[in-house]
Amino acid sequence: MIELEHVGYSYGGGDLLSDLSLRLAPGSFHFLTGPSGAGKTTLLKLCYGALMPTTGRVQAFDMDMASLDRDQVALTRRRIGVVHQDCQFLDHLPLADNIALPLTVSGRDMSEESSNLAELMQWVGLSSRADALPPELSGGERQRAALARAVIMSPDVILADEPTGNVDWEMSQRLLRLLLELNKMGKTVLIASHDLALIRAAKSQVQARVLRISDKTLHLAGADL
Amino acid sequence: MSRGTIRAFLVGDAQADRVVPPSGFTAHLTLFVSAAMAFLAVFALALSMASGRLADRWGEELALSATLRISAPPDQRAAQTRAALEILNQTPGIASARALTAEEQAALLEPWFGPDLPLESLPVPQLIEIIADDPAYDAAGLRLRLSGEVPGAILDDHTRWRAPLVDAANSLRRLGLISILLIVGATAAMVTLAAHAALAANAQVIEVLRLVGAKDRYIAQAFVRRFTLRALLGAGVGVVLGMAGVALLPSADDAGGFLTGLGFQGAGWLVPLVIPILGAAVAFGATWAAARHRLSELS
Ligand SMILES: Nc1ncnc2c1ncn2[C@@H]1O[C@H](COP(=O)(O)OP(=O)(O)OP(=O)(O)O)[C@@H](O)[C@H]1O
Ligand SMILES: [Mg+2]
Repeated sequence: MIELEHVGYSYGGGDLLSDLSLRLAPGSFHFLTGPSGAGKTTLLKLCYGALMPTTGRVQAFDMDMASLDRDQVALTRRRIGVVHQDCQFLDHLPLADNIALPLTVSGRDMSEESSNLAELMQWVGLSSRADALPPELSGGERQRAALARAVIMSPDVILADEPTGNVDWEMSQRLLRLLLELNKMGKTVLIASHDLALIRAAKSQVQARVLRISDKTLHLAGADL
Repeated sequence: MSRGTIRAFLVGDAQADRVVPPSGFTAHLTLFVSAAMAFLAVFALALSMASGRLADRWGEELALSATLRISAPPDQRAAQTRAALEILNQTPGIASARALTAEEQAALLEPWFGPDLPLESLPVPQLIEIIADDPAYDAAGLRLRLSGEVPGAILDDHTRWRAPLVDAANSLRRLGLISILLIVGATAAMVTLAAHAALAANAQVIEVLRLVGAKDRYIAQAFVRRFTLRALLGAGVGVVLGMAGVALLPSADDAGGFLTGLGFQGAGWLVPLVIPILGAAVAFGATWAAARHRLSELS
């Protein structure tokens, strides 16, 4: 699905990441950990084309990201659901419209999708907040909304950056279950997280690989978790 | 663009329109400036069309007519006039030649000397009005012949003062056209500034749209559509007001003065209706360019 080959990245100073290779096979489930500032968010951005690698190359769906034009990048993003660490919304539109935004911009027929939308909002526990504006939401509610928005297009790949950072244990289990369900349906999942308890909980239910960023590159974390 | 696309563009996709928050301030400014520019464009257009007509008319009328002036002692005047008329009637390229009557000459002088002019007591030259044929006569040859046979005759084919007048009218027309070009340029600059302001104010909206997979076209369209419609509406109002202003100018009368001739004639009244369409096209282009520029800075 997504493949990084000997990728290096630098924001201008020294290299943040170098000679990093990663292959997200279809249907695989990965966790990404590492100290704050190690480059987890940067790595995810490389995966969905928000950043271009300084060296090496990134392939998504067997196409070189660097060779795609802007419209092709847009089409690629419809197949990759992203939960951003600092989730942003359209602040003038109610939550339900924000969650449905990927459908809107890709020209889907909203009347066909409305039951999907209602079910998804139910799952992330936001049904009662459907008409609220994003600035009125709590941090946890925003994160849940961001996850709902990321999966509404039923994308092939889901990249989540700290999706459970602001929610309680109960809710984080619930969100994890949603991601596990999607993985069972064949979606590829990559979650960046510090939450070791969450990772352990996931590993008991799915064949998950845990990757750690250190020394500017990826290491497979052992059974120590 | 096909007709369907244009209709879809004008009617708009209600969903797509909603993703950009409604804007108040720049919207009103764009409306106002488009209206003002269109109003000015109507006058510039009226000016250039009127001076164009004037240049054509002067050019034609004056080129066709010439005057022969006979200054001779009173006792020889009648004889010289007869001789001159004879020569003129023989000259090829002259449609008609006619001596003005004493009343006509008095009427010509009246604006300067008042009504009760004793023409007989003044050494006023006799005037002969010549209307040229097509092809016209050879002025140099005619002068040569007249100087031999009618010593008091002076041919004035008006070129001396026709050329500067036609030049002046043509410059006026050029000025009008340059003004229209400047107005188009200023409108484009204004819309570009307003579009950049709107795009900057909605930076977060654009980024979110881009991240959830919206194509550039989709994002730009919401902005382009708004600015195009605003320019169309504003320019429409401006043109209506401007045309009303031109229509209310005093109508051209016998005086035939230049200022009173300022306006549109016949089908010319349809020409200003192009202004709103031009304004909308300018806004469309300017907003597209601004949006493309802005979006290309985003990954
Ligand atoms: N736009 C940027 N320009 C310059 N430096 C940046 C930029 N974004 C991130 N960095 C730097 O790159 C490093 C990695 O950032 P990144 O956000 O990838 O870390 P992270 O692993 O996601 O951290 P966290 O766990 O805190 O979210 C940090 O040191 C950060 O300061
Ligand atoms: Mg991060």
